[in-house]
Amino acid sequence: MNFTTTLKSTSTGLRNALRSTLFGVTMAGFALMSTAAEAQQTLRVVMHSDLRVLDPILTTAYMSRNHGYMIFDTLYALDADLVPQPQMVDSHTVSDDGLVYTFTLREGLMFHDGAPVTGEDVAASIARWGTRDGMGQVLMSFVDSMAQGATPNEFVINLKQPYGLVIDSLAKPSSNVPFIMPKRLAETPSTEPIPEQIGSGPFKWSDAEFQPGVRAVYEKNTDYVPRSEPASAAAGGKVANMDRVEWVVMADDQTALNALLAGEIDYWEQPPADLLPILSANPDLTVKNLNALGFQTIMRPNTLNAPMDDPRIRNAAIASVNQKDVLDALVGTPELYNICGAMFVCDTPLATNVGSETLTAGNGIEKAKALLAEAGYDGTPIVIMHPTDVASLRSQPVVVAQAMRDAGFVVDLQAMDWQTLVGKRASQASIADGGWHMFVTNWVGADVFNPLVNNMVNGKGKDGGWFGWPDVPQIEELRTAYATSQSLDEQKALAEQIQTIAFEEGMYAPIGQYFVPTAWSNSLSGVLDGPAPFFWNISKE
Amino acid sequence: MYVYILKRVLAAIPVMGFVALFVFLLLRLTPGDPAAIIAGDTATPEQLEAIRTSLGLNDPLAVQFFNWISQLLRGDFGTSILSGKPVIELIADRMEPTISLALTTIILSVLIAVPLGVIAAWKQGTLIDRFVMLLSVLGFSVPVFVIGYLMISLFSMQLGWFPVQGFRPIGDGVGDFFHRIALPTFTLTLLYIALIARITRTSMLEILGDDYVRTARAKGLPETRVLMHHALRNCSVPIITVIGIGFALIISGVVVTESVFNLPGLGRLTVDAVLSRDYPVIQAVILLASLIYVVINLLIDIAYVLLDPRIRYARPIKPPPSPRLTASPRSCAPARSSFPARS
Repeated sequence: MNFTTTLKSTSTGLRNALRSTLFGVTMAGFALMSTAAEAQQTLRVVMHSDLRVLDPILTTAYMSRNHGYMIFDTLYALDADLVPQPQMVDSHTVSDDGLVYTFTLREGLMFHDGAPVTGEDVAASIARWGTRDGMGQVLMSFVDSMAQGATPNEFVINLKQPYGLVIDSLAKPSSNVPFIMPKRLAETPSTEPIPEQIGSGPFKWSDAEFQPGVRAVYEKNTDYVPRSEPASAAAGGKVANMDRVEWVVMADDQTALNALLAGEIDYWEQPPADLLPILSANPDLTVKNLNALGFQTIMRPNTLNAPMDDPRIRNAAIASVNQKDVLDALVGTPELYNICGAMFVCDTPLATNVGSETLTAGNGIEKAKALLAEAGYDGTPIVIMHPTDVASLRSQPVVVAQAMRDAGFVVDLQAMDWQTLVGKRASQASIADGGWHMFVTNWVGADVFNPLVNNMVNGKGKDGGWFGWPDVPQIEELRTAYATSQSLDEQKALAEQIQTIAFEEGMYAPIGQYFVPTAWSNSLSGVLDGPAPFFWNISKE
Repeated sequence: MYVYILKRVLAAIPVMGFVALFVFLLLRLTPGDPAAIIAGDTATPEQLEAIRTSLGLNDPLAVQFFNWISQLLRGDFGTSILSGKPVIELIADRMEPTISLALTTIILSVLIAVPLGVIAAWKQGTLIDRFVMLLSVLGFSVPVFVIGYLMISLFSMQLGWFPVQGFRPIGDGVGDFFHRIALPTFTLTLLYIALIARITRTSMLEILGDDYVRTARAKGLPETRVLMHHALRNCSVPIITVIGIGFALIISGVVVTESVFNLPGLGRLTVDAVLSRDYPVIQAVILLASLIYVVINLLIDIAYVLLDPRIRYARPIKPPPSPRLTASPRSCAPARSSFPARS
């Protein structure tokens, strides 16, 4: 290569470098133009799923619950210590005989359409919630009447007999949450969606910007009057510091990771466990578990179909499983899981490990074999439904199936998508007609932390029971006793009895507790702990 | 010609009717219950029945089909079972990203791939030819999501030139629009360049040995004119076919690309609707995709006539020389070949 050639080459290289730099500057300029105007006022969030159903009473979907927390408010709410605190309520009184609860609403509560919140709205909302929610249905069974009180900001519940969990019911933190909506919306049948999204919460719904599967947008409710107490989980002052909150749907985890690292989103509700090391290593991000109760993953047998109609066979299946194996497959990182045999979740007042010894010790194979022999198991294949499209649900059935095979079961692990499972699990048909024996699902801890909200210890059988339909009248008596109990000690004793019987009957098995940390940019402050993601109290630098 | 177009349009009606019936029955026979999805974990059987009734899912299949077709004929695509939004609104929201991606990809691909294919054929056996073929093999072989992630890693994460994800309508600013659509366009363009360049090269090679090309060269015409005017034009039929089918493919949804770059296109709408058993949405988007294919096929057929005057659509003479075309045997055969379905 002679000098001229070298010079030309260098010159060309410089030109290319210059072009490249100019191109980069131009692109960066585009980026600045598009984001600078809105970055400081908007919180961009990637949630664990997309928002589809906007009525948080019609469905138990967690995204609908999260949506409810944005635009609706509650009478009471649990604080970070799981203690009910007044939220919309200013004060309440209980008559001496414990039959009349009179609630006075806070001053200044207004719906997003400008109408004041009244006792009539509250009565209609609680009535609608009470037709759908398990704990609400129990409350309603004690309620004689509900109505507006002497003034529009009063609300009165008359009970048929004293019920110790009125306030706990109204403070229920997870699906279905007793959100308060205008009477005209609350009068919608609970099997149909409400036609408008009008609440009295700290954010307003932006219907025009809603694109299912793409994004949901909330705007600050400037008329909202927060409580004066500091925010604590779902309780305290709900101060909306952000002008807008955008829930952006991202179907691909890698895209969400890149977007968070690049600063295009601020908050990622549930990053998968395998990406956490990358997020934790980034000094500009915070990775923290916000939900102290975490999730409970469970296996649920169907008591209607042989041979699972025999409690010994159900118990053999439960005894064969080792929680550690399940959690290693599901989560992998021991720091993010807890071997926990408590049906009502570890680290709660009702937590007890009674009956769960083989699950937590992982030494139940011999017990399982003995139970199978005693029950005369004839090798009938056990149909386990296996949802392969949901990352948090696809590992457990494989581990459970293998554990059951090790114990001597013949297992038919049927792969399907989650929505097929959701449709199929509602069927009480026999196996020959497309029925099932077992499935695995996950619950937020707050949805299972007492015998009234925990659907799996519902013993009402085919009529009124939860999928699997165990018919255990004794459990129902204990749940009723729990509902009317007046002290925590009494509740603890009843919860322990319920758990003991639930294990004896093989109603279900908690097969592990795990935690899903949230990741957010360090530019955010005020992110709250809680059983659901809350977006008030958050500020952005 | 006009009679032919009219016949094709009329022929499309039973095709669309068959597609409608097929999709409707397929969805009803597939396991899954939208009512159970809406109701969630705690609904009682009575509540499930009530939801099914309110959605019309308890009606006999014939009644449900008749109701849906009646709605369609009135121009009403129904409402989403889950979100309650009109289906036409959901589809309209997703059309701009999809059409934008289709247009930018096809335009860029054609601008690059056709010259590359022509040059490769012209310089057959040389390094240039081998380079184009290597590019083609790579474009076909490397999955689109890998190319997408590499693009994001380099141009977004390392250089910071482009955003990682998202779409902005062109109405929000031309600069922002191109800024966000660029990476997905480049990603898909690599695939389409591979396809179009290869088809162009093959078609050109077939033509370049023909007598009339030799004659044109013997007349002393410039090589550019020989290639572009005489050879390429006669090869345009298969190229147009591939471009048309490629365009239809993007319009009907490129799920992987849309997911990697978080583009709210029709592909993701379709997948989301299928996973959530949102029957009205699934039915509408599949009908729409079918209609797009019918229309694009028609446009391709019309383009054949405009590009190659020897092609005439006529009533077949018994026995017909080919199923649909009466064309010169020396035309390049239309390339309705299989298309990579992994974009």
